[in-house]
Amino acid sequence: MLQTSANLAWLIALPLFSSAILLLIGKRANSWGHVMACIVSASTFTIGLVEFFAMQSRSAENRAVTQKLFTWISVGSLNVDAALLLDQLSICFVLLITGVGTLIHIYSIAYMSLDLDRRRFFAYLNLFIAAMLLLVLGDSYLNLYVGWEGVGLASYLLIGFWNQKPAYATAAKKAFVANRVGDAGLSLAIMIAFATFGDVSFSGIKEQTELASTTQLTAIGLMLLLAACGKSAQFPLQSWLGDAMAGPTPVSALIHAATMVTAGVYLITRSNFIFDAAPTAQLMVVIVGGITLLFGAIIGTAKDDIKKALAASTMSQIGYMILATGLGPIGYAFAIMHLLTHGFFKASMFLGAGSVMHGMKDEVNMRRYGGIGKFMPITALTFGLAYLAIIGVPPFAGFYSKDKIIETAFNAGGSKGLLLGITTLLGAMITAFYMTRVVLLTFFGNERWGHKDEPAESPALMLIPIGLLSVGSVVSGFFLARGEALVHWLEPVVNPLKEHHSGEFLSPIIVSLLTLTAVIIGISIAVNKYRSAQADLAPEKVSILTTAARKDLFQDSINEAAFMRPGQSLVGRLLKIDYLVIDGLVRAVGSVSLTAANKLRTLQNGYVRSYALMMVIGALALIAVIWSVTA
Amino acid sequence: MLTAPSLSYSLLAPMLIVFGGAVAGVLVEAFLAKTHRAAVQLTISLGALLLALQQLWRIRDLSSTTAAVNSVAIDKAGIFLQATVVLLALVAVLLIADQDNFVAQASAVPGSSEEINTLQQKSQQTEIFPLFLFAVGGMMLFPVATDLITLFVALEVFSLPLYLLAGLSRRKRLLSQEAALKYFLLGAYASAFFLFGAAFLYGYAGTISLSGISAAFGTANEVFLLIGIVFLSVGLLFKISAVPFHSWTPDVYQGAPTPITAFMAACTKVAAFGAILRIFYVGFAQSQTLWQPIITVIAILTMIFGSIVAITQRDIKRMLAYSSIAHAGFLLSGVVALNKDGLAASLFYLFTYGFTTLAAFGIIGLVKDSAGEVTDLNRWIGLGKKSPLVAGVFAFLLLSFAGIPLTSGFIAKFAIFSAAYKSGNIALVVVGVLASAIAAFFYIRVIIMIFFTDPVNDSVSVIIPSVKSRISITIATLISIILGLAPSLLLNGADNFANFLR
Repeated sequence: MLQTSANLAWLIALPLFSSAILLLIGKRANSWGHVMACIVSASTFTIGLVEFFAMQSRSAENRAVTQKLFTWISVGSLNVDAALLLDQLSICFVLLITGVGTLIHIYSIAYMSLDLDRRRFFAYLNLFIAAMLLLVLGDSYLNLYVGWEGVGLASYLLIGFWNQKPAYATAAKKAFVANRVGDAGLSLAIMIAFATFGDVSFSGIKEQTELASTTQLTAIGLMLLLAACGKSAQFPLQSWLGDAMAGPTPVSALIHAATMVTAGVYLITRSNFIFDAAPTAQLMVVIVGGITLLFGAIIGTAKDDIKKALAASTMSQIGYMILATGLGPIGYAFAIMHLLTHGFFKASMFLGAGSVMHGMKDEVNMRRYGGIGKFMPITALTFGLAYLAIIGVPPFAGFYSKDKIIETAFNAGGSKGLLLGITTLLGAMITAFYMTRVVLLTFFGNERWGHKDEPAESPALMLIPIGLLSVGSVVSGFFLARGEALVHWLEPVVNPLKEHHSGEFLSPIIVSLLTLTAVIIGISIAVNKYRSAQADLAPEKVSILTTAARKDLFQDSINEAAFMRPGQSLVGRLLKIDYLVIDGLVRAVGSVSLTAANKLRTLQNGYVRSYALMMVIGALALIAVIWSVTA
Repeated sequence: MLTAPSLSYSLLAPMLIVFGGAVAGVLVEAFLAKTHRAAVQLTISLGALLLALQQLWRIRDLSSTTAAVNSVAIDKAGIFLQATVVLLALVAVLLIADQDNFVAQASAVPGSSEEINTLQQKSQQTEIFPLFLFAVGGMMLFPVATDLITLFVALEVFSLPLYLLAGLSRRKRLLSQEAALKYFLLGAYASAFFLFGAAFLYGYAGTISLSGISAAFGTANEVFLLIGIVFLSVGLLFKISAVPFHSWTPDVYQGAPTPITAFMAACTKVAAFGAILRIFYVGFAQSQTLWQPIITVIAILTMIFGSIVAITQRDIKRMLAYSSIAHAGFLLSGVVALNKDGLAASLFYLFTYGFTTLAAFGIIGLVKDSAGEVTDLNRWIGLGKKSPLVAGVFAFLLLSFAGIPLTSGFIAKFAIFSAAYKSGNIALVVVGVLASAIAAFFYIRVIIMIFFTDPVNDSVSVIIPSVKSRISITIATLISIILGLAPSLLLNGADNFANFLR
């Protein structure tokens, strides 16, 4: 029997309540709303820490705690409690969400200080925190689904925060629609799970996995993967993430880099019992992860918009995580490790990019940057640390986590292992290339911004959160990997040690060396190309590959040709059918009725004598009817 | 030597209290100073109704056929129907208490200086309250009466006050008086049919009790039975406004003061259907092959006629009158079903329809211009912009009339049609659903006019209702909403109470 804890509900209730207050009170909360939102966020982090230390003090098998809130649905054989589950996996997310979330709340006070609608922004941020915590704390797929939809809503609201610009509103809509496709996958998965197991709770399904056929499990797994693809911007539902950068930069850092987009990784890790028993689904996970990590990396090489370059990188890094989750029990732990380190360094980079934009009057085109390092040394330094982390230079965080994924990929065995290993290595090389490009174009080289105003360093309220995050990008990998701390910590949830280190294909040292070599190659190409380049304008005569990468590898064109236009024409035709056939029928009934009504209403002439006559005729007619029936 | 008939006062208490209240009201009218009458009358009415309700609650599990010398049956369904009438009357009396809608002196000639004087003095007569209580008492007696004479007496007891009340509208006096006269003439005419039928039934069975008529089946001359059923039905069908005995309805609904229309539309329907259900379920259950075809035909005609003619109406009160005709058709399917489900569904239907109707007419009474109520639909255009709350509630009530899911009207229709379906009357169900579809058209047309048509410059506005009206409309609307969201609250009750003593 799991222990219970009464604190869990507060994690969700506090930010939800605060969000409601900020939205309902309106302008009156303008002066203090942001402070309250930060305090609430910090409180959730404190609760998270308290729970974490309490958890650490218990033995491994007693660490999970639950809290039943109320009976949510009880219909026939479907019984769902609104209940929360905090175990070793969810605490990682709770700390990441509330920790990074709090830093970004603080950063936003300064970043959004000139925005008239700052209170609403903080209301949405708090709403996001609440929904995301519900997502990772729900003890069943249905509870998770509520949070899943909640973060989708918060994401939509925040991407379209400046919806006075039509392009931004469109971006929000695009994200919403792409996410709906994934959401449909999740709801289908829940339905299949209920049909198969008669249960939707994690523990209930976990106990019964042996009873289900592989086909059923594969179906559930594939639908869960579809859901993960939508939320985590994985191929083929990746197209929304780049446009999502329309949202304010803190949002990009929190939701579209550190937390929400990793929900897919959480979902697959949480569903390990399904994927471990469904090899086909697991293989699909690996394939999706592999494609996306290269896809994102290639797009990243050609983007001039700093936020879009970082978004492509996010897509690619989550590709690494998804790939790892598809590599069986040991992969889950490494996926989560990369997720945590990525949370630090990518949030740090986004906030750094926001700091640069703050100094550069919201300019996002890197070709209008250059030499900013001189003017914004602290931003440059923190960005540099995160840069070293993401490309995987030891001993920065990314080195530990990414190396482990590459190693696991090689060790997957046979030609599959070799293929995956080479893919991940290639990804690491391209990552090194495009990140170096971003750093060189932004912080080094000649000043290309074309006006006299020198960029000034951002205020302390922005720099402190960036600084703390960059500390995390430096040290988090070491602490998580030391003595396989995270692997052991997650063991009760994902059972990683079952086939740990079985059939080593390449030793860790060799993998590290290979990776480092790939990284160095990537850096050198980038340095060679961008060190002295006059990069004012994007070159126009470029190879087909570059054109393709600039156009996001034609993802939008493909979506438009394959789904949007056929969909539109189908809708057009249905509309015609609706108008001619269905409406036609209704109109026909309507006009017949109207004609009849106009005839019949003349019976109502207002004379009592006619009314009385009608009654007599009616009575006689009734007698006639009975007579004819009985006789 | 004559022995005094034994009466079970305890079981008759609810009716006796209401009649007692009515008599007390007459005395108040005769002896109390004018200034205090209105308040005292309202107190008496509310008190009598509440007390009657409490008495009904007390006897809810009792039953007897001999409470008043075999002429009244106190049973489950009877108590449910009486309670429905009393509850509806409680809500209706608050609407009626807004005396602004009533003429100051009923006997004054329309437009005469006498009338203007009384209006200016604001000294209104308050005979509406005792009249109202007599009507309620008659309506309580009607569905529990078990012999033809008591039925007739009850019919007249609740009809006569209604004839008078219909003529008391303060504005549009001539229209109101014309309506009252029409209602009276046709009502008397229908009563004659009723009596004529009763005489034939007595000739057929040699008794006037419903159980006696039922027992006589197969032993006597069927022609008498047949003519008796038809003529008795004409009298009853007149009261529920079934086609072709409906003609009075639009004229009277339009002419009567709106609170009276509300009361009449809600309570008369409950009482008359209660009596019809008892007569057909108890008295004529044996002879169902005789009457089921005619009631089926009447039901179909009524549903179609009401739904179709409502489309062309330009006056909201007339439109609701035709809507009430259509609903009578839907309710007749519950009579034809002749099973326990049909009875339970009818009880539920009457309850929810009653409250929805009360609320709807209550709101109609709020839409006014300087000359009084505005019932011309064209002048309701754009009301949603002027008073979103009132218009929103009205739209909800219309949706409930139309039977859109999540409203009580939907549940009621569903229950009654499924009962009819179970009894094998599939044609009735098909026509019923089609008629509902047609009916939805004119309800939703009003919603479109209120909300989605640009308002014209007009002096129409929604007045701020008095506290009494506000309470009344709120309660009725809430009941309608609650029964839509949680119908099982009442469905189970209706099911438990769906039982006539034979």
